[in-house]
Amino acid sequence: MATATAATADTTAPAPTTGTATLTLAKSITAGLRRAMQDDEKVILLGEDIGKLGGVFRVTDGLQAEFGTDRVMDTPLAESGIIGMAVGLAMRGYRPVAEIQFDGFIYPGFDQIVAQVAKLHYRSRGAVRMPITIRVPFGGGIGSVEHHSESPEAYFAHTAGLRVVSCSNPQDAYGMLQQAIASDDPVMFFEPKRRYWSKGEVDFGAADVLPLGRARVVSTGSDVTLVAYGPLVATAKDAVSAAADDGVSIELIDLRSISPIDFEAIEASVRKTGRLVVTHEAAQSVGIGAEVAASITERCFNWLEAAPERVTGFDTPYPPAALEEHFLPDLDRLLDAVDRVLGRPNSLSDWEG
Amino acid sequence: MSLTVETRATIGLPDAEPLRLIEETGTVVAPKLRRGIDLPGADTLLELYRRMVIARRWDTQVTALTRQGRLSTYPSARGQEAGEIGTVLAMEAADWLFPTYRDSIAVMTRGVPTEQILSGFRGDWHCGWDPQEHRTAPQATPLATQALHAVGLATAARLKGDPIAVATFIGDGATSEGDAHEAFNFAGVWRAPIVFVIQNNQFAISVPLSKQTHSRMLADRAVGYGIPGFHVDGNDVAAVYAVVSAALARARTGDGPTIIECLTYRVEPHTNSDDPSRYRDSSDVELWRKRDPIERLARYLESEGMLGDELRRSFVQEAEDAATAMRDTLNAEPALDPLELFDHVYNVERPALREQRDALAGELDENGSARS
Ligand SMILES: Cc1ncc(C[n+]2csc(CCOP(=O)(O)OP(=O)(O)O)c2C)c(N)n1
Repeated sequence: MATATAATADTTAPAPTTGTATLTLAKSITAGLRRAMQDDEKVILLGEDIGKLGGVFRVTDGLQAEFGTDRVMDTPLAESGIIGMAVGLAMRGYRPVAEIQFDGFIYPGFDQIVAQVAKLHYRSRGAVRMPITIRVPFGGGIGSVEHHSESPEAYFAHTAGLRVVSCSNPQDAYGMLQQAIASDDPVMFFEPKRRYWSKGEVDFGAADVLPLGRARVVSTGSDVTLVAYGPLVATAKDAVSAAADDGVSIELIDLRSISPIDFEAIEASVRKTGRLVVTHEAAQSVGIGAEVAASITERCFNWLEAAPERVTGFDTPYPPAALEEHFLPDLDRLLDAVDRVLGRPNSLSDWEG
Repeated sequence: MSLTVETRATIGLPDAEPLRLIEETGTVVAPKLRRGIDLPGADTLLELYRRMVIARRWDTQVTALTRQGRLSTYPSARGQEAGEIGTVLAMEAADWLFPTYRDSIAVMTRGVPTEQILSGFRGDWHCGWDPQEHRTAPQATPLATQALHAVGLATAARLKGDPIAVATFIGDGATSEGDAHEAFNFAGVWRAPIVFVIQNNQFAISVPLSKQTHSRMLADRAVGYGIPGFHVDGNDVAAVYAVVSAALARARTGDGPTIIECLTYRVEPHTNSDDPSRYRDSSDVELWRKRDPIERLARYLESEGMLGDELRRSFVQEAEDAATAMRDTLNAEPALDPLELFDHVYNVERPALREQRDALAGELDENGSARS
């Protein structure tokens, strides 16, 4: 591109590879992108408003100034175009990282993702790789207008050929993003936008990095296994402490990878606890929770003390902001589900039928 | 150039110089430069002025209320009143409008009550009005999607022999979406009675038009679809009104679609949460603020003796009253039933959804009423 600006030298200090810092989740993604771009010049970013503005959430802030307009590209407004461009770039060895501005705007790119990105490797008998990362701020809880609070991850998890992951904390955001970019299979990278501003310690040289497809046991427990991912991991942590005050020991698993799902990790936990609760903001029917519950029931039928419970968004469109607190899974609903699998009195106790 | 029937063979590239009927200074453009388009009559111009004054005050008030946290977000149309009001006043009541999130003042001018318009930005309900009643579709947020719906509705009108036309707004950035191309193309092929009004405010959040298109201007795209295209000074309400009126008239008589690019500028941030200092020069903004569409028309009307102090004051008062009424409406907490969350998903009730509804109802009872 003739008009590309070169990187401006003074900002190209090497990204840290050791040491720690306290970062917001958003800034830890920035740090992960920066590191990946420094490590591999084939990593390029494209998306709407990601250059000069640094993205509407400022996740790409400063990257265009550092790496130039050929590596951080503001695109015309066209999600199908963004993903389609990434396909062509990937065919020539680039590792495109596409930003979709909000969850609700991924749909114009849906065709390119599920019909092209997901299938090209298969169609070409492995001759063509699609090392594409598609970053998507997702989920609700920020009081936004319609189309800005959705959780579309299950559509993609249902599509063979895609990896689907979601981070819940700054350290994972930093590490998982780099793993996603390094992956030769395409990765849908779901960022919990209502946790963008939550802070945590990031160890830039962390050696014990979990593989991308593995779940993490956040806290060990013996009574109930609680599976969460993305924005609800923080809510689930609150449930762990609240239940502990009540003498109930919850083992919390942060799924991290939605496709593939680390069933071994959940299975090991449920064999210990005998009880399973799964939570996500996305609708319940035909969702990730259904997949986890069914697979774990198959694997652990004889260990289960109670039927698995799902705590999810309702099977409705995402509601207007004034009603979202009623829609989103919260602490009370998680604790109630924990009571249900424990056979303790709960909101459904008096139900007939 | 006139807006009489053009056959495919006569459709050429639009003039690069945007059509203008009233100059910045308030003087009328010489007839030979008006390209066969007449200045709207005195009553119309006065009404355009009045409605722009009301719309400006309304928009300013909504922005203020958003800063106070009464609304979660508001994309202002300040400075774009000529395109918005000029288009809406050119429409008949029976015509349909397909607006975007940017076009609240157009929806207001269509007669939709304030609280119904702002319901989406306040977060009470996604679309607060009955689109059938007001012949105004919900404001579209996913870019360019409304343009397809508008062509579909226009086609329905043609099939039913309904002598109406449809107008849709689309932003400059949104013309990059595939849906925009598909809408233009369907409209051309099906000879849909539609007018596309491209509000070229030169920015899509931070992205300038030069990064959306390599074409000379957006109106140029029309020729590729076999549709007449016009480039209009989007801060000259007289020109917008005249061109849109003529295009709607063509549409109603079966002469097909028109693409009109209104050249204007987004003087405000994209929304209240945007920070334009990161991507554009404030001197440009100041330049465009001076090209105010309302002041331009006022200069003309005054020079013709059509707008005296008294009339001006009465318009200002009317606008002030409307703004006060809106503030009062917005300060009242809306009564919301959380269970409505489940009400409109399907026409036919589903047992599983009923169970989810009952579960929420149970939670609400425990807490007295709605948790807050
Ligand atoms: C399909 C889709 N992608 C992205 C967005 C996010 N978005 C909202 S407004 C906007 C800019 C639109 O610019 P333009 O069409 O020029 O209209 P303006 O806002 O300037 O009136 C973007 C990118 C969206 N609403 N829909």
